Amino acid sequence: MSDNEALLAYVTRLGDNALILSQRMIEVVAQYPELEEELANANFALDYIGQARLFYSLAAKLEGKDRNEDDFAFLRDGHEYRNVLLLEQPNGHFGDMMAREFLFESFYLLQLEALQQCDAPGVAEIAARAVKEIRYHLRHVSQWVVRLGDGTEESHARMQQAIDDHWQFTGELFAADDIDTAFTEQYSGPNLELIRDQWHDNVAAVLNEATLTKPADEWMAAGGKQGRHSEYLGFLLAEMQHLQRSHPGATW
Amino acid sequence: MSNKEWPLYEVFIRSKAGLSHRHAGSIHAADDQMALNNARDTYTRRSEGVSLWVVRSSAIVASDPAETAAFFEPAEDKIYRHPTFYKIPEGVENL
Repeated sequence: MSDNEALLAYVTRLGDNALILSQRMIEVVAQYPELEEELANANFALDYIGQARLFYSLAAKLEGKDRNEDDFAFLRDGHEYRNVLLLEQPNGHFGDMMAREFLFESFYLLQLEALQQCDAPGVAEIAARAVKEIRYHLRHVSQWVVRLGDGTEESHARMQQAIDDHWQFTGELFAADDIDTAFTEQYSGPNLELIRDQWHDNVAAVLNEATLTKPADEWMAAGGKQGRHSEYLGFLLAEMQHLQRSHPGATW
Repeated sequence: MSNKEWPLYEVFIRSKAGLSHRHAGSIHAADDQMALNNARDTYTRRSEGVSLWVVRSSAIVASDPAETAAFFEPAEDKIYRHPTFYKIPEGVENL
């Protein structure tokens, strides 16, 4: 694998993670019972769309095939998407969404902090911008995990279930494949083993404060980073890409 | 599930260093920490501020609209309290 191939694949993964999570968050826009939380969710989704655009624009430049950010978002099929499986899972209830964002952003923040120091052209600049957004998101969702975990009997049980249900998708975050390894070697990228240890410490601290039990690491799902997705991604893409697929090049 | 309304908070924003905080509006939140987050998410999306205060609306002591006359009208006919009787020296700009 050439340096450029690893860099392109790595940057595309970052864009895919941001876009797929934002699409999931957008699905519940205008459904929140509280106006303030509604705005927070929509703001966060927009932060992610902004990050996806930056990563895709960089990917398009690296690829050099005259494609743009929209082509990356709207004209690729499911097997070409390289987001982690955690992010394409259906929204479930509010606690499920908070569990998913909490587990992912606890990882993503560490990843971005490491990427700020990397040598890959263009990546450190995007990471420096994104890290501020994600630091606030994580503060927000951690607060909800604690609030619901240490809340009523019902909220505690549902938050625990949400953490348990999503835990099987966390192994993939730290499972380094050829692309991760090549990127880290060539560009002083993140050390996923260090990040995993740090992630476990940080997640344990919040779960502890939330009076929740940290699940044991048992069987872990994998494949999203290599393009092998759950059935849910197809439906998500069908909705997200429908307009561009039916009316190619449509603008407003 | 309870449908109890969250308490109301008033939000004050300092738009830039050196200015004072100004009332921006109000939000609902379950406690102080959530109020700060909700104020951030509701009122500073377009870079309106560099500092936020939130305070429970119930903690604010307000003047009674029925007493407006007693409170404020006595000041109206005391024009000598305004600095309108000074002559502006010639040649002074930017006053």
